[in-house]
Amino acid sequence: MAAPETSTAAVPTLYTNNALRNAFGGVLAFFILLLIGVMAFSIRLFSVIKYESVIHEFDPYFNYRVTQFLAKNGIYEFWNWFDDRTWYPLGRVIGGTVYPGLTLTAGTIWWLLNSLNIPLSVETVCVFTAPIFSAFASWATYLLTKEVKGTGAGLTAAALLAMVPSYISRSVAGSYDNEAVAIFALIFTFYLYIKTLNTGSLFYATLNSIAYFYMVCSWGGYTFIINLIPMHVLLCIVTGRFSSRLYIAYAPLVVLGTLLAALVPVVGFNAVMTSEHFASFLVFIILHVVAFVYYIKGILTPKMFKVAVTLVVSVGLALCCAVIAVLIALVASSPTKGWSGRSLSLLDPTYASKYIPIIASVSEHQPPTWPSYFMDINVLAFLVPAGIIACFSPLSDASSFVVLYIATSVYFSGVMVRLMLVFAPAACITSGIALSQAFDVFTRSIKFQLPGISSNTEVDAAETSSAPAEAQNGAVKTEKSEETSKNRPSKKSKKKEKEEKPLTKAKAEKKRLLALPLDSSVISLLLLILLGAFYVVHCVWAAAEAYSAPSIVLTSRSHDGLHVFDDFREAYAWLRHNTDVDDKVASWWDYGYQTTAMANRTVIVDNNTWNNTHIATVGTAMSSPEKAAWEIFHSLDVKYVLVVFGGLVGYPSDDINKFLWMVRIGGGVFPHIKEPDYLRDGQYRIDSQATPTMLNCLMYKLSYYRFVETDGKGFDRVRQTEIGKKYFKLTHFEEVFTTHHWMVRIYKLKPPKNRIRGKTKKSKSKTSSTSSRAKRSGTGKKNPWH
Amino acid sequence: MESPIRATRILGFIFFSLLFFVCRSAPSHNLLISNAERRIDLTSHIVKVYLTLKVENAGSTPTSEILLAFPPTQVDHLATVEALVTKGKRKKTTLVRLDVKPTELPDVPNGNKYFTIYLANPLSSGESTTLEVLYMFTHSLEPFPAEIGQSESQLVYYRDSALILSPYHIKQQTTFIKTPSTKVESFTRVEPTNRAGTEMKYGPYEDHPPYSFSPILIHFENNSPFPVVEELVREIEISHWGNLQVTEQYTLVHGGARHKGVFSRVDYQSRPTLSGASSLRQLLARLPPRVHSVYYRDEIGNISSSHLRMDSRKSELEIEPRYPLFGGWKATFVIGYGLPLQDFLFESSDDRRYLNFTFGCPLLETVVDKLTVKVVLPEGSKDPSAVVPFPVEQHLEAKYSYLDVVGRTVVVIEKKNLVPAHNSHFQVYYTFKPIFMLAEPLMLASAFFLFFVACVAYLHIDLSIRK
Repeated sequence: MAAPETSTAAVPTLYTNNALRNAFGGVLAFFILLLIGVMAFSIRLFSVIKYESVIHEFDPYFNYRVTQFLAKNGIYEFWNWFDDRTWYPLGRVIGGTVYPGLTLTAGTIWWLLNSLNIPLSVETVCVFTAPIFSAFASWATYLLTKEVKGTGAGLTAAALLAMVPSYISRSVAGSYDNEAVAIFALIFTFYLYIKTLNTGSLFYATLNSIAYFYMVCSWGGYTFIINLIPMHVLLCIVTGRFSSRLYIAYAPLVVLGTLLAALVPVVGFNAVMTSEHFASFLVFIILHVVAFVYYIKGILTPKMFKVAVTLVVSVGLALCCAVIAVLIALVASSPTKGWSGRSLSLLDPTYASKYIPIIASVSEHQPPTWPSYFMDINVLAFLVPAGIIACFSPLSDASSFVVLYIATSVYFSGVMVRLMLVFAPAACITSGIALSQAFDVFTRSIKFQLPGISSNTEVDAAETSSAPAEAQNGAVKTEKSEETSKNRPSKKSKKKEKEEKPLTKAKAEKKRLLALPLDSSVISLLLLILLGAFYVVHCVWAAAEAYSAPSIVLTSRSHDGLHVFDDFREAYAWLRHNTDVDDKVASWWDYGYQTTAMANRTVIVDNNTWNNTHIATVGTAMSSPEKAAWEIFHSLDVKYVLVVFGGLVGYPSDDINKFLWMVRIGGGVFPHIKEPDYLRDGQYRIDSQATPTMLNCLMYKLSYYRFVETDGKGFDRVRQTEIGKKYFKLTHFEEVFTTHHWMVRIYKLKPPKNRIRGKTKKSKSKTSSTSSRAKRSGTGKKNPWH
Repeated sequence: MESPIRATRILGFIFFSLLFFVCRSAPSHNLLISNAERRIDLTSHIVKVYLTLKVENAGSTPTSEILLAFPPTQVDHLATVEALVTKGKRKKTTLVRLDVKPTELPDVPNGNKYFTIYLANPLSSGESTTLEVLYMFTHSLEPFPAEIGQSESQLVYYRDSALILSPYHIKQQTTFIKTPSTKVESFTRVEPTNRAGTEMKYGPYEDHPPYSFSPILIHFENNSPFPVVEELVREIEISHWGNLQVTEQYTLVHGGARHKGVFSRVDYQSRPTLSGASSLRQLLARLPPRVHSVYYRDEIGNISSSHLRMDSRKSELEIEPRYPLFGGWKATFVIGYGLPLQDFLFESSDDRRYLNFTFGCPLLETVVDKLTVKVVLPEGSKDPSAVVPFPVEQHLEAKYSYLDVVGRTVVVIEKKNLVPAHNSHFQVYYTFKPIFMLAEPLMLASAFFLFFVACVAYLHIDLSIRK
């Protein structure tokens, strides 16, 4: 930091001093950014340190498997990959149904490292992709906020984003999911949009479409961009902020962006065919009309212009009505009005629970509760309103975009927990602005009132200052007023500075009037730092305790030390090594990705949930009695059935707790499964009061088979009750493996029984579903083979 | 039971062939064995045979070669043969190891295979000497029944001959067989045969001509697990910065009676002695002392069930597979550890360096079907040569690791059918110039230097078209 005395020098030296200070500030900002990146990376390593370097949860296992395939077989094989390990017997075209951004990114990193002879495994690269990209995301936040409110706000926002718990929850090391790279892509696209808007440069506009392309590759959430930016453009037009910069920022994005988006196989023609994208085209047309009107207005006299307007409006309206009518008719003819289920459930929060239980059944698609806001963005929730106010003084194109961004994302986060992730960057940006502005005001007030500094220096100091007191505190990063951010040591800005000189003097006078009393500003400053400290403590706690568990290995602390529950991998490893390569394993869809990735066995359904009927079939089998379930599974060629059972150790998210969703989803397709049959007076219970349908269904039997022998009572630690039916035998399934803590139980379907003479008729009616078997083993008199 | 029938058939065949071969003269019949004692240890799944032979030269010419004969069925499972001779008189006896080499002989009866023991001093006419021979068989206990349920105990067959197969005339011989428990279902009697506790005694038998054979079959309980490593790849990477990194990839299988039907965790946990008695619960790996950064994992992550105990002489790593291994069940895992280099790397007199490391598998009581040892020498090392105390296959490979340009030389040594007795030391010699150690740091430094130069250059050049 340059000392205040130096700025008292004569005008020419002041410039060199300023240049030095700016250069120094630039270097300082660079190192602060570097440290923010390091912090963003390292705060996400708690999971590796506390647990191990392993892929987390469910979806990341699929992405990991795809990346492995990509690394092994190359990009062309990847596009053509038909995966026969999943959705048996349907299979899945992975290349055409997956957002390839994440896997391509990690695959490229892996390929690059290996071509440099750095032999990192695919798994290691996948584990660390998310932390690396969160560092990138915080840098992108810096750039975006800098465009909106200057360097100080940028640095603050970047620091806030680097450790916001909501984003950490999706990007800890090992959480190898689309969102990990998509948030970076989202912020970076917004930055380039704002940059184009501020500069009017076609170069940035092109970069913007490429960033948008990367976002489309990475995550289905790209529709948020392609709706938010048109909304902002519309807002600008409506508020009379149309300019050629706006045109350059938007038109190339729509044209290039849509063309590029259509290149991604999973999007393809959806980029022009679905309702999610219509808004952008509509705004594209409006923008051109407005641009045209401005052009005409420029070349015509006002009188002629009025005549032209009435003419065009009357003809144009008629034409527009016709076109819109056709469009509406087209859209309305499709059953979902051209919207995908997930988008519809965003617009109408009750839609999913009414029509698509499979979307509603996922916990991350539920609306969040208030505590989850506090958990995920913590003090930012209080800073956001202040930030919005700061955005309005003065309102620029860029700051109006931030306001629009936060307003829409608040709504979306209120609909789905998962979209808290989109809200978090917006909250960080506005809070960064708020904090930075507040610090700015307080430190300036202190500086004005500190004794010993002549009024002469104050003007200059205020004008070019970064806040020295604050920087020494170091709790939150330095701010600079908006003017300094433009004073970059380039030739262009130096010129500008000269012109601005008299202007800034007047501004400084005004600022002096805005100064607050010394003691109150010191106290507020301390309080703000305290708030920041609280945020940091909360974020570290959230990163370390709440979000770093990989969920495939569980730990519990008891008085005799750490206890590890590694049952999932135990079961998957058993399946991998001790079953036949082509055996099919049926389980609820949650475990599909893990089974294919860790056990390398074919599954019936998985977390992709693209085929509701198939999932409903498995749900029906699980909720049917043993015999019927055996027939369903046998017809699907299933050899093993895997259930997750937490009753022995108290693992709450087991299959019995998910069972009602199986009933609901199964019943949605096969009406003979009725939810009320499984409920006693509307209550879901498994004790002696439970309904006979419940006690005889396959899920109950497979979960509690011989459970009573563990403690003699059959006490279920999750449901906190004794089970209803304790002693029973399995006739069509046999237990082949149960893990150490009973969390995963694997059963094998018994082979169909040989027919016994005399019972032929009876068994024939029972096993009518499998005609081929009847042919083989039939001993009836009518059988032509005997 | 079909086995007695099979046994008698074999017996008949052997007897017939014996008659045929006795008439012919074998190559060197001037030797005879005056006394032979054989002890067969069947307690684990590695069959250990201790043979004490008193050899007498009855011929007129001195000889230094003594032949050991094995039937072809056994020779496939033969893992190792060692011969020792006692030296010195009465009290000051020392054992001296002798060379043993497989030998091909023309016109051998029944396709027998031979090993030749080379005596240090030729045995002159009329002299006698006492040899201690130790050999081990793997995969020689055949589970019967071949499939068992969870609560059944594992019964196995062992086939051998009551008489020692030898090209020499044996005057007197005795065989002792030790079983793991007193539970013996059946055994062939060749009188005189005694059984007491866990030991069976066949013999003494007097004056049997060469190639005498009398098949016996023992059916007994062996509830010890049969850990078999189907494939083990040991990679030993030398870094001259002071570390020796060992990575061992195992494919483990329980080689006992196959598991049949249900696996019930209730039974397994509540009655551990009755249920799954022969299951493989844990393994013990004996690692060198001063081992560090030990890990135990498989392709899907860390396996948390392991313990490491260290003292100044050895380190013991106790590992449990993810799940108990029943007969026929498989598991794969990786063990890795680092060692201080100065314990294993030395300079030889001719200015070369050599690595001195144990060859076999560190797991106790484990059979390894196929072992591949890869010694990764540092980049820039030349003229590698390996010295292994038993016959192996060798070739060279190249490996590219962290920032390598020319690649590291890898000495690959392969051997099949190993038992813990193979855990002896082997050496890999190579030459290495210390300057190569600096290659990679210099490369990195220059890369960063160039990067900064490029940055400086970029900042000082105005690339704008407008002036």
